[in-house]
This record gives sequence, C-alpha cells and structure tokens, in this order.
Amino acid sequence: MISDLVIETKGLRKTFVSKDRGGRKEVEAVKGIDLAVRKGEIFGFLGPNGAGKSTTQKMLSTLLCPTGGEAKVLGYDLAQQQQQIRQNVGCVSQAGGADLYSTGVQNLVLQAQLYGLEALTAKKYASQFVERFQMSSFIDRPAISYSGGQKRRLDIALGMIHRPQLLLLDEPTSGLDPQSRAYLWEEIRKLKADGVTIFLTTQYMDEADKLCDTIAIIDIGKIIVTGTPEELKSSVGGDTIVFSFLTEETARKAEAMLTEKIPKDRIQTRNNAVHLNIKDGERMMPELLRALDAKDLEAQTVTLSRPSLDDVFLKYTGRSLREDDTIK
Amino acid sequence: MKILHDTKLMFVRNMQHTLRSPVFVFVSMFQPLMYLLLFMPLLNSLGGVPGLPAGKTVDVFIPGLLVLQALFGTAFVGFSLIDDIRSGVIERFLVSPVNRPAILLGRVLRDAVILLFQCILITLVAIPFGLSLNIYGFLLSLLLYALIGVTMASISYGFALIYKIEDPLAPTLNTITLPVSLLSGIILPLALAPVWLQDLSKINPFSYAVNATRALFAGNFQNIGIIEGFIVIGILAIIVFYWGLRSLKKMAS
Repeated sequence: MISDLVIETKGLRKTFVSKDRGGRKEVEAVKGIDLAVRKGEIFGFLGPNGAGKSTTQKMLSTLLCPTGGEAKVLGYDLAQQQQQIRQNVGCVSQAGGADLYSTGVQNLVLQAQLYGLEALTAKKYASQFVERFQMSSFIDRPAISYSGGQKRRLDIALGMIHRPQLLLLDEPTSGLDPQSRAYLWEEIRKLKADGVTIFLTTQYMDEADKLCDTIAIIDIGKIIVTGTPEELKSSVGGDTIVFSFLTEETARKAEAMLTEKIPKDRIQTRNNAVHLNIKDGERMMPELLRALDAKDLEAQTVTLSRPSLDDVFLKYTGRSLREDDTIK
Repeated sequence: MKILHDTKLMFVRNMQHTLRSPVFVFVSMFQPLMYLLLFMPLLNSLGGVPGLPAGKTVDVFIPGLLVLQALFGTAFVGFSLIDDIRSGVIERFLVSPVNRPAILLGRVLRDAVILLFQCILITLVAIPFGLSLNIYGFLLSLLLYALIGVTMASISYGFALIYKIEDPLAPTLNTITLPVSLLSGIILPLALAPVWLQDLSKINPFSYAVNATRALFAGNFQNIGIIEGFIVIGILAIIVFYWGLRSLKKMAS
C-alpha cells in the first residue's frame, strides 16, 4: 500500500437484502468501487441521489459492513480494525447528528468525551471550536433553535472535535442558502489548509468543481470516471466559442477566415453564427477577435462557454445530472 | 473500564434530557395514582375472597400496582430513541469509538432510576391508605422493579431500533403490555381465576414478579416465590437487553 493514500478501496461492494412480501430481494447499492484518496486533498464523490454515495461513506465510517471487497482507511483495515478507524476518523452524516434538545456546548463536550477526552480537555476543545467556527452567539441555546447554516457548523464541529486526520462529509451543504454554502466552503478549505484530508459526497456539480482537488463521479453504484475537475472537463472536449454576425454571408466569410487558424472539423456555421470547439478558448478569443476585425468581419456577439461537470456526467452516462436532481 | 466510563456519559446525557422537562416524570405516575384513588376502594369491599385477605387488600394491591407502573411506565421509552435515530444522534454515536452496550445501558439505567423514584413516591402516597410493609422487603422489591423496568425498556428500544418510525411502535408495545399485565393478577388476584387462566399465567414472567414482590412487602422471606421472581425476571432482562443490543448493531444495515 502506498503510504500517502488515506483511503484505498478495492472492489468495495454493498448489497442490501430486503425481505418483502414475495421473498428476498437483493439491491446492489455499491457494485465494486476502487478509490484512492491522497493525504491532504479534498476528494469529491459526486453523483445523483441514490447513486451509492452515502452507502459508500457509511461503509468507510464502519457503520455498514461491506458485502465484499477490501478497504483501508488511514492504513487500518476496514474489516479488522474498526475501533482504530472510529477513533481517528471524523464523520458528519447527512442528518448531521446534533442532539437537538441539548445546547451546542453540551453536544461538543459529550462528543469529545466519547472519543476519550477528559472532561476538562473536552471543554477546552469545545470552546476552541466555538471560537473557530464563530458559534459563540448561539452555542448556548438548544440546537433545535439553530438556522440551517448554524446547525451545519455545529455538525462539522462535532465531526472535528477529536481532531481527526480524515473527515468524511456527507452532503454538507444540501438545503443551505447560498450564503451559508459559501461560508461552509470557506470552512472546509480552512480544514484542508490545516492538513485534514476531506472525503466529501455531494450532488452539486458547482460544489465539486469549486471545492475538490479530485472528483470521482458515481452512478448506479459504480464509479464512472475519476480525475481533477480540469481533467474531467477537458475530457469532454474544449471550450465552445460562438460568434454571431449580422448576415449568414458574413458568417460564411468568417468561417473561411477562421479555418486558417483552427482545424476545419472544429468549426461549424449555423445560420449567422459560427461555433468553434477549441481548447484554451479563453486565451484564443482575443486573438480570433482581432483577426476578424482586421478583415472587417464584425461580430455582433461573442459567447464563451466552458464545459461543466454536467457535460462530463452527460458524456459518461448519457443522462444529465441536473435532470436527476429535478426528479428527486 | 470503558463500558463504565461510556455508560456514565450516556446515563448523564439521557438523565439531562429527562430532567429538562421533569413534569413528565410525574405525569407518567397518573395511571397508578388513579388506580390507587378510584379503583382500590372497590377492592376493599371484596376483602375475604381467595387471594385477598380481609383488611389487607392494600398490602396485596400495592406491590402489583408497582409492577403495573414498571410495565407501563417504561414501555414507551422507545419513542425518545426514534427521535435520536431520526436526528442522526445514534448514527453519530455508532461511528464514534463509544462502547456499544453503553449506548443502551445509559438509557435503561436512566429509565430504571426514574421508575424507582416513581415507585417510592407511589408507596409513600399509599401509606395513608393503610399500607403496611416490611422495609427490607420493600427495598429488595425495588431491585425487582428496576429489573422489570430494564426489561420493558429494552423491549421498547429493541422495537424502536427495528421500526425506526413511531407508527407501529405503540400498537406493538400495547400488544405486549396488556396481556402480560392482565395475566399477572395485578388488578384482581389470580386465585379467583379459572384453572386454564391460572395455567396461562404461569408462562407469564411478570406474574412471578407480582408474587415475589407481594411476599417481599409482607416480609415472607422464606417464600420460594421471591427467588423464582428474581431468577425469571433477571434472565428475561438479560435476554431482552442482548436482543436490543443486537438490534442496535444491526440498525445501520
């Protein structure tokens, strides 16, 4: 095993057996996945609802027993050394897990004690996290009175209170308003800066894109592709630039001129607009505009669009991730 | 020891929850107090029938009434656990290194302590009604009530962990508590029952508890029923606690 891997799985599988009317029914939630999460990175596990993200996370946190395959978490064997994994991994589930009828402080102190800290140390750690996550204005109230963003901050503080090297975050920002999301992203980046490795499941493409160093896209229990956000997006192809002109004739002329600079199969003219699919669109655009101007081919509008992770998802699954979200 | 350390943490946490709204500790004593005030006077005039010596109906009725409280007072504790399952608290405990039995032990011990407090209070209220009891027997019977409380609480938690939702929990628990309380001879002595009903009561563990505590209240320490009661309820408590623990470990999958 390579030592800088914090999570390493081979063929990790989970099959649920439900005993309904009409006998046994097997559901393959996770169909054998290989993961390699490097120390210090934010690893995004992106996929639609029901893809197997939470099931995978629950296996990694020892909550669920895998049906097959192997996994090492922080170098500990998932099948043999669960107690060590529990002690050293921080975990924030989708539900969060704060005790709603206790105050935030009571939650934090108990959580620290559950990880074996003495009462005094637990209190000290709790007040450090209160300060760090700026929770002092509400932390002495029962958690049931918190806003969504406040509760999420407490949830993450609960997961971090014993200062684990690895934090598993299950959909940390789902249901939050944009401001709270941005705040939480900032906190997650700070944790990374402190050297914590973060395994983050999400169904939001922008979250995976902005926050993660590596992304694995999962669909129907299988990982379909892994890479950095940039790698994934460029695997779909380049950027799209669209020049629109007053007349179709001008567009044709522009197309002819542009073929001098760009391979022909990358250019397409529809009506009075020229579509280009090229790498490095941002850098190419000024040059192309200047060239067009020099020939008096004046573009009315120019748009540049970069491929999104949705295009990546679409390419590999034939479905849009967004469509799935709206179904849910 | 880890199990003691963690049980203490869990016990304190759960006790804090209970004491946050202490009025419910008293509300759940309403049922036995109603029996005491509105039903026991009926029994007084029945004194003299088999199993109910004249003038001692209170002494026979109260130990059984406390068994009733132990059954019904703790039967519905599972609802609080469903709350904790839904908010993710139990899952958070399970991914921590906390000792697994401690998660349940901290709860059932809280339930037992609340129950004992209620039993003592009900007994005190019953004294002006003419209750006479052997103090050592009473103290010993508290142990038995605690075991009944642990048993019922474990059953309640076990089903809560299996169902994870409220709707089926109350009917299930009622289905258990009603027959076992009727078959314990709590309201009326089983000596009045036809033979088949008496036979049926012998497979009901809680009828042994009622016999044992009646003997203890009366100070009949040589009565074999006392030992029987402790053995039957003790074994039952251990079995259902382990069943509840198994449900806890299986909850996630």
